[in-house]
Amino acid sequence: MTLAFSVGNVVVWIVWLVAGFSCLASAVAVISFRNPFFSALALIGNLASLAVMYLLLSAEFVAAAQVLVYAGAVVVMFLFVIAYVGPRREEPWSGGPSWKTFGAVLAAGALLVEVIVAISLAAGGSLGGDGKVGPVFGSPSYIGRLFLVDHLLAFEITSVVLLIAAVGGVILGSHVKRVES
Amino acid sequence: MSGPGTTWYLVLAAFLFGIGALGVLIRRNPLIVLLSLELMLNGGNLALIAFSRHFANGTGQIFGLAVMAVAASEVCVGLGLVVAINRKKLALDVDRLSELRG
Repeated sequence: MTLAFSVGNVVVWIVWLVAGFSCLASAVAVISFRNPFFSALALIGNLASLAVMYLLLSAEFVAAAQVLVYAGAVVVMFLFVIAYVGPRREEPWSGGPSWKTFGAVLAAGALLVEVIVAISLAAGGSLGGDGKVGPVFGSPSYIGRLFLVDHLLAFEITSVVLLIAAVGGVILGSHVKRVES
Repeated sequence: MSGPGTTWYLVLAAFLFGIGALGVLIRRNPLIVLLSLELMLNGGNLALIAFSRHFANGTGQIFGLAVMAVAASEVCVGLGLVVAINRKKLALDVDRLSELRG
């Protein structure tokens, strides 16, 4: 593999490192803030840096959808519900006796190691480079053709899942007093 | 464009997944548990999209969009549950919400 050293290459690496660092830092912030309001705000930073990652992976449509769906809808809904239930502070490391916390950290670390080992065993050294994709890859027209021609059934099933979830959310959230007759 | 290879994205996705799993395990507020679940889903999504570019196959991106829709559904139902729990004046604490434990 020849070392392709160019200005564009360096810029891509710098953008990747900044986005990766802010991604991990905001993820740690999400799980360590006491106030859930700040956790939801930290999730916006995580989603924005992930959108930068998707742009670097030439997935422009997914990046736009990520910002629209997550930062536009999901986080706003979280903020509404957090404001509704009121501020509840909680110490991040107060989940019970210390052996429980120790077990949780151990389990999460084991999961991380397992994922990394599984991927590296399955892929070996074949994941070193990056794929060569054309300029249309990931563009809205490409995604639209793929979604509405090749994967139409998945698209329709996704819409049904969203509809059922919306109906379930309304039923869970509504407070109709049952009239005794 | 030859930036970071697929391995770098996969390592980042694995760390994101691990941080999310840690949040699910150590936090007791169901709202923060849901936020940590979002972190785990995003880690999976990043891996899917990295593989999509690695194999120059757009199906991974379609899968990522479907995961996004499922995450939105999960948040919809989860926040509905949180609102219902709050209305019943139960504690917002996943350790104390154990009525369904067998």
